[in-house]
Amino acid sequence: MKKNNGELGFFKRNSEKIMTITIILILILITLPIIIGYFWLIIRSFSEDMVRGFVPTKLTLKNWRFLWSEMKGYPNIWVTTFNTSIVALGVMAIEVLITSLGGYALSRYDFPGRSSIMKLILALHAFPAISLMVAVFYLLKVLNLLDSLFGIILLKASLEIPWGTWIMKGFYDGVPWELEMAGLIDGYSRFETWIKIVLPLVKPGIAVTAVFAFLSGWSEFVFINTFIFSQKFWTLSKYVKGIIGDFRFADYGLVTAVGLFYMLPTIIFFFFVSKHMIKLTIGGVKG
Amino acid sequence: MGFRKNFKPFLFLSPMIIVVFLFFIIPVVLTIVLAFTNMDYSFKWNFVGLQNFKDIPSDFIIPRVVSNTFIYTFLTLGFFNVGMALVISLLTTSLSDKIGSFFRTLWMLPRLTPSVVYGLLWLWIFDPTEYGLMNYLRSLVSLQPQDWLYSSPMLIIILANGFIGASMGMLVFTAAIKAIPEDYFRAAKIDGASWFMIVRKITLPLIKWHILFVTAYQTLSLLASFEYILIITDGGPVYRTEVWALYTYHNAFANFRFGYGAALSVILVVIGVVAALVYMKFFGFETLMAKPRIEVD
Repeated sequence: MKKNNGELGFFKRNSEKIMTITIILILILITLPIIIGYFWLIIRSFSEDMVRGFVPTKLTLKNWRFLWSEMKGYPNIWVTTFNTSIVALGVMAIEVLITSLGGYALSRYDFPGRSSIMKLILALHAFPAISLMVAVFYLLKVLNLLDSLFGIILLKASLEIPWGTWIMKGFYDGVPWELEMAGLIDGYSRFETWIKIVLPLVKPGIAVTAVFAFLSGWSEFVFINTFIFSQKFWTLSKYVKGIIGDFRFADYGLVTAVGLFYMLPTIIFFFFVSKHMIKLTIGGVKG
Repeated sequence: MGFRKNFKPFLFLSPMIIVVFLFFIIPVVLTIVLAFTNMDYSFKWNFVGLQNFKDIPSDFIIPRVVSNTFIYTFLTLGFFNVGMALVISLLTTSLSDKIGSFFRTLWMLPRLTPSVVYGLLWLWIFDPTEYGLMNYLRSLVSLQPQDWLYSSPMLIIILANGFIGASMGMLVFTAAIKAIPEDYFRAAKIDGASWFMIVRKITLPLIKWHILFVTAYQTLSLLASFEYILIITDGGPVYRTEVWALYTYHNAFANFRFGYGAALSVILVVIGVVAALVYMKFFGFETLMAKPRIEVD
């Protein structure tokens, strides 16, 4: 064995290389629908037509005409985009505020019922809230929050708050006690300590919560589709769904351009944020 | 243990408690109460006893819906949410971290894409004309375009949900595999174990708890999920992809039969509550807490 060591090493190096290449090829193969799908979405939105599946014939900006001219039967794209931003920012604000309050209490205080609340949060995370839609419809009606973006914001944020609180608690747990002690000894109240000392230290947690809350508010479809009736309150999900339905067979260029426009925050997230940031497991509503 | 001492944490927690009460607890109770009424768009409280529940077994669409729900849930779960998730995490963790996380990031993309845009990608792939990807591929071997949404709608919604569902298991399994001490793998390699041998004898046994957890958890979310089906096939053609959760939705919001819709949801809610409680007991506090919430690049 010993004298063949060099040869064996050479063989082993090569076989490991072959193994690596095989694994990469398999991964490319199973990821292909994702790669091709998004590739098509981007290229198609800038091309006149496509031949042989996804080869563009001529580049054009005509597909993006919805940005500067009204589409018949559709609300103004910028009003719709504004509504979408309101929902996204609203969900983000409510979620960040409530989860950073709740997470602090769960991480730092010992009080009766603490463990029951934590168990409840975990149970709520496993529970599929989407099955409550019929009751939520009635509830929103009673609260006069049907056909209202505020209703959507409140509902969307609320459903994500239990799990968000859990995530924030995790970030608070990572902050050493000593810093808070120092604050308390310096004469701060508990509340001041939280604002001035602890909160700045959980900025990464707040950023994570904020980004994911924004994206989830931005993408919301089912609630908008069900609880919003007036066109003036449409968000992009409803707009894009409509365009897909009306133009899918007539004008893929327009459909992909509208879709890509709607997807911009996701794209920005992928190119600029995801490298530095953290990926959360988003369970619950989506399969 | 005075009032003052316990007052502060509840001050911090009260906003969360209020929203949980408003959008979880009240709706659960309301769903159950509504199930005993025949409420429609006039919103009158007409209590009809167990009528809705008696109607369910005689509803001629129900058998179709039940079998769709089982097929959809278990095939998506087996092939993607657990199966594909395992394949991706086993393969990517065998590569360098840089290449591995590149592929995992790609698999996160569908989950973070707005659902209507993601649905569009599948509508294009299975477009009935030669403009669609699958029919273009058929044309390469001189086959006529096929109307995929008519011929195999179930396959399409399983694929569409699967490519999203795989990412949750992928994150959980990847974190679990990375937590296995490197020495185990090194020792096995020195002993001459092949890749498959290592996966079978070391990796899989060590992450079987996580596999069980993802299976349990994802069964529940698949049972209740309908968003992508609503977008891609809307349950059609003729109820061929109508699952329980979507049938509930259609009854309530397309036919405005809120009472009957609520009765159908009660069954999902009961399954949800029972399963959530069983998981809590079975997996225990510790495991759920240890669930990797985060993957740092």
